[in-house]
Amino acid sequence: MPVDVAAGVIENRALSSEYHVLALAAPGVAAAAAPGQFVMLKAAAGHDPLLRRPFSIFEVLRDRSGVTRGLTILSKRIGPATRALYGARLGDRVPCMGPLGRPFTIVDPPCEAWMIAGGVGLAPFATLAESLRARGVRTTLFYGARTGAELFYLDFFRALDVELILTTEDGSLGERGRVVAPLDRRLSGRSPDTPMMIYACGPEGMLAAAARLATRHGRPCQVSVERVMGCGLGGCYSCVVPMRGDDGGVHHVRSCLAGPVLAADQIVWV
Amino acid sequence: MDLSVRIGTLTLKNPLIAASGCVGYGVEYADVVDLASLGAIAVKGLFLAEREGHPPPRIVETPAGMLNAIGLQGIGVRRFIDEKLPELRARRATVIVNVCGTTLDEYAEVSRILSDAEGVAAIELNISCPNIKAGGIQFGCSLHGTHDVVKAVRTVTRLPIIPKLTPNVTDVASFARAAEEAGADAVSLVNTFLAMVIDVESRRPKLSNVVGGLSGPAIRPIAVRMVYECQQAVRIPIIGMGGIAEARDALEFLIAGASAVQVGTANFVDPFIWSTLLDGMVDYMQRHQIARIADLVGSIDTRAKDQEWISS
Repeated sequence: MPVDVAAGVIENRALSSEYHVLALAAPGVAAAAAPGQFVMLKAAAGHDPLLRRPFSIFEVLRDRSGVTRGLTILSKRIGPATRALYGARLGDRVPCMGPLGRPFTIVDPPCEAWMIAGGVGLAPFATLAESLRARGVRTTLFYGARTGAELFYLDFFRALDVELILTTEDGSLGERGRVVAPLDRRLSGRSPDTPMMIYACGPEGMLAAAARLATRHGRPCQVSVERVMGCGLGGCYSCVVPMRGDDGGVHHVRSCLAGPVLAADQIVWV
Repeated sequence: MDLSVRIGTLTLKNPLIAASGCVGYGVEYADVVDLASLGAIAVKGLFLAEREGHPPPRIVETPAGMLNAIGLQGIGVRRFIDEKLPELRARRATVIVNVCGTTLDEYAEVSRILSDAEGVAAIELNISCPNIKAGGIQFGCSLHGTHDVVKAVRTVTRLPIIPKLTPNVTDVASFARAAEEAGADAVSLVNTFLAMVIDVESRRPKLSNVVGGLSGPAIRPIAVRMVYECQQAVRIPIIGMGGIAEARDALEFLIAGASAVQVGTANFVDPFIWSTLLDGMVDYMQRHQIARIADLVGSIDTRAKDQEWISS
């Protein structure tokens, strides 16, 4: 059951001139959250911008005794709402509703987990990596960005024993190019006997490519999609994704309720 | 304090109705709202058959508003009765079903099927959706069409009939009158204003459907004016809507002549808005010593007053 709190800003840490991590005092939302779920944030009071914006829950914050303090989001400054959040100050109140949506299905050993992240698509993988680690799942993160300075939280994932495979478009860190290139090579080199789950989040083109590769190599793949979302609760029908149904037909599925985590092989990629 | 209002033969426990197209089939909101606490829920528009609607992007924000072009995606009337209505009944929701059609026969058939179902309180006739090609707004933009749809549905149901009017006409009051003459029990207005947003970088429309309907606080003053015009033109109750985001907005519509109000876009922003709205209305009634909210309906005072600011 989602709750809505006027969450105080605990911290707003700029990672670059575009990316930041915003920490919100929403312990109830954070404590109930599962990896892959999202919150709807109202970036500014008043009618401009009017609607909330969906954000994957990036981290669940706990104090030393393990009590949940809140959550963070990883956000990239793109439009009016993300610009307002980028400028949020300590103590500002940000209406935060959640947790919402269907989380990732988390695998157990001996199944391996491969997480594919593009840019701000890293967001759902911090909590997922923690859950996988708690289950003892061997985990790899394929993480691509435009440039090395935009590859964030590498030490966080290293501390969780996540193997990192990095790519940048300018070649400044890791392999030059897109993240799906090493994914393709690694999939080709992997024995089909090793069970594996692919998790992907990032730009639509990357998701489609990851989904194609997963299918070609016979691997299951869960993608976390991002859509323009009006309400987050199934009310507005704006965030739909065309998906193949059990009846063989293609249906518009609300990604806020059925997703944001969806089975990649059922999505009709355009 | 009496918050109840009457819409024809239907009594609502308070004047707040969740607007069609903004709360799915209502059941989606059962976890966040006590559905029985609302005056009513107007569920998403239903045709006879299922529809997939338009491809995304389906919404785009504008200053204090949003455009939508969903295209009436829906599960069809029979699946609604089988899959959604039982839960709405169990939660004791007062259900208004928004009925769509591409032909007069379809409006009548959907309405007839709903009349036989248990748990439908009223029918709202969608003759105003700006986002579909056939039917709908074609009827709502013609006085004869409006009359004919209401008449066709009147012959098949005893449920209260509430045509939902489009603001995309020159004189909305004449459409309210046409609905009244054809036997409507009430009218609801306004649906969204046909609008358009273009991305200047790509020169492409922001919506897949090119055009969409504008809702939200941006349209409220126009909607209030239209309710006021209709209130002078018809005797049947009016359900007002358009950009209500706080209690005083709802009160404005009541004072202009609406017997009840619908809230849509603001529910996207805050699905918990209903208790805030109700508390604000109660507070207003206390401050103004109003015992029955129904007494506020159409209570606008337009008498000439000393208005020094005009002459000075």
